[in-house]
Amino acid sequence: MSLVVLRRVSFAYDGTPVLVDVDLAIEEGDFLAIIGPNGSGKTTLVKIILGLLPPSEGEVEIFGKKPAEFTDWNKIGYVPQKATHIDPFFPASVEEVVGMALMSRRGQASASVREDRTKVRGALEAVGMAEAAKGPIGRLSGGQQQRVFIARALVTSPRILFLDEPTTGVDAETQAAFYDMLDRLNRSEGLTIVLVTHDIGIVNKHVNRVACLNQKLVYHGDHAAFCRSDAFRDMIGHGDHLISHEH
Amino acid sequence: MHALFAYGFLQRAFLAGVFIAVACAVLGVFLILRKDAMIGHGLSHIAFAGVALGLFLNVLPLAAALVIAVAAALAIVKLKGRAGLHGDTAIGIFSSLGMAVGILLASVARSFNVELMSYLFGDILAIEPAEVWLSVGLAAAVLIVVWLNYGKLLFMTFDRESARAAGVKVTRLDTLLMVLTAVTIVLGMKVAGILLVAALIVIPAAAGLQVAASFRTAVRASAAVAVFAVAGGLGLSLALDIPASAAIVILCFLAFAALFLLKRGKGIPSASD
Repeated sequence: MSLVVLRRVSFAYDGTPVLVDVDLAIEEGDFLAIIGPNGSGKTTLVKIILGLLPPSEGEVEIFGKKPAEFTDWNKIGYVPQKATHIDPFFPASVEEVVGMALMSRRGQASASVREDRTKVRGALEAVGMAEAAKGPIGRLSGGQQQRVFIARALVTSPRILFLDEPTTGVDAETQAAFYDMLDRLNRSEGLTIVLVTHDIGIVNKHVNRVACLNQKLVYHGDHAAFCRSDAFRDMIGHGDHLISHEH
Repeated sequence: MHALFAYGFLQRAFLAGVFIAVACAVLGVFLILRKDAMIGHGLSHIAFAGVALGLFLNVLPLAAALVIAVAAALAIVKLKGRAGLHGDTAIGIFSSLGMAVGILLASVARSFNVELMSYLFGDILAIEPAEVWLSVGLAAAVLIVVWLNYGKLLFMTFDRESARAAGVKVTRLDTLLMVLTAVTIVLGMKVAGILLVAALIVIPAAAGLQVAASFRTAVRASAAVAVFAVAGGLGLSLALDIPASAAIVILCFLAFAALFLLKRGKGIPSASD
């Protein structure tokens, strides 16, 4: 089943084309990497899917509905590109940050406060951050903060998770544990994952589908076929656009 | 202190003052973290035009100020969002215009009188029973609306983009927050006066933020500072025969200074470190 469908989607910023005629379907169970050089439109594509930007042309469907008509946002988890660039002095505890995703969907007064607390605890345990629940978010390292933001994206039990360069500035050891966790969520929980990255090492090790963007969608298919494709050779040929962190 | 509260006027001042100051403090926490702290200053100047208009047209100045301040708050949101102006610029334009219109109207109406002065400098001890219930009712309504939208406001303040992606209508909440602030500022004029009301938005919230490890604690600490300042300020005003508005604001500052020093003493790093 296609969770997300894009039909001939284009986007221009101040007349400059960013995306041109992109057709893409994201299927349930995919662990999809969206890759491409800087400025190729990866982040823009994710923002269009999430309804944060309107496409200049074309159509988007999430769970069969247009973003403007879609209301069941519990089904979607999102960790934005600069989630680690939060105000380090914001007075929020780790459990408050994770709980935001639940509290924003209902009023403060609710019989389900205890249930929410259990969900927050569960999401923090899933990312190995339960011990830090009461502490302030600003005291955590970049990698730990990123785990908390993943917990926030997971706490609503989404069916699809979007991550935009989630491990920028995170040390290699934490990155390895982080992607192992995503593997586990994808394989054992059946969570569909869409990962924006420019790290070809992560792509080779973890994902099963690849969408290669350079304004246009130059490749979309399974990972094994991608490695034999012209798109892959072009990417490697322009090595300055991609980095490889083998784990 | 107990004996002092036997006076009806003091009970009224305390009741209205506490409700209004707590509403200011709670909104202030959100506004400071959104880097919108100066909105209180701007809206209070705009409210001056409303007070002058009320005196000019011979209608209730508080009601006229409410209408003008809410309209200006909506205009600021629009200017900020659509004309690409930074928040401070829109606030600067409307606050200057508000003061200019207020001075003009007061001059034309020849109403630079005691009543206008009471709005400029605040006169909580002279608050009328009808104004008390209006103030308590509106301040309570502001707090209830914040409470009902607490989760969304917190998410939006912390991480606007993720909040939008989670389906939070951030533009609608921006407008709601500005309207609530406008209402609260107009009510706060009675407590601290147009010239000092912005302090009720900024200082208790800034004080609460010094010591809070969680958002909930920040809100509670800010509200506690507001209650302390109103109670202490009214007491000092009576005991020393000094203006209540000045006493309340100075106590807010002393609470901020004490919590700031406490934080430094505990070695908690600040933004400037």
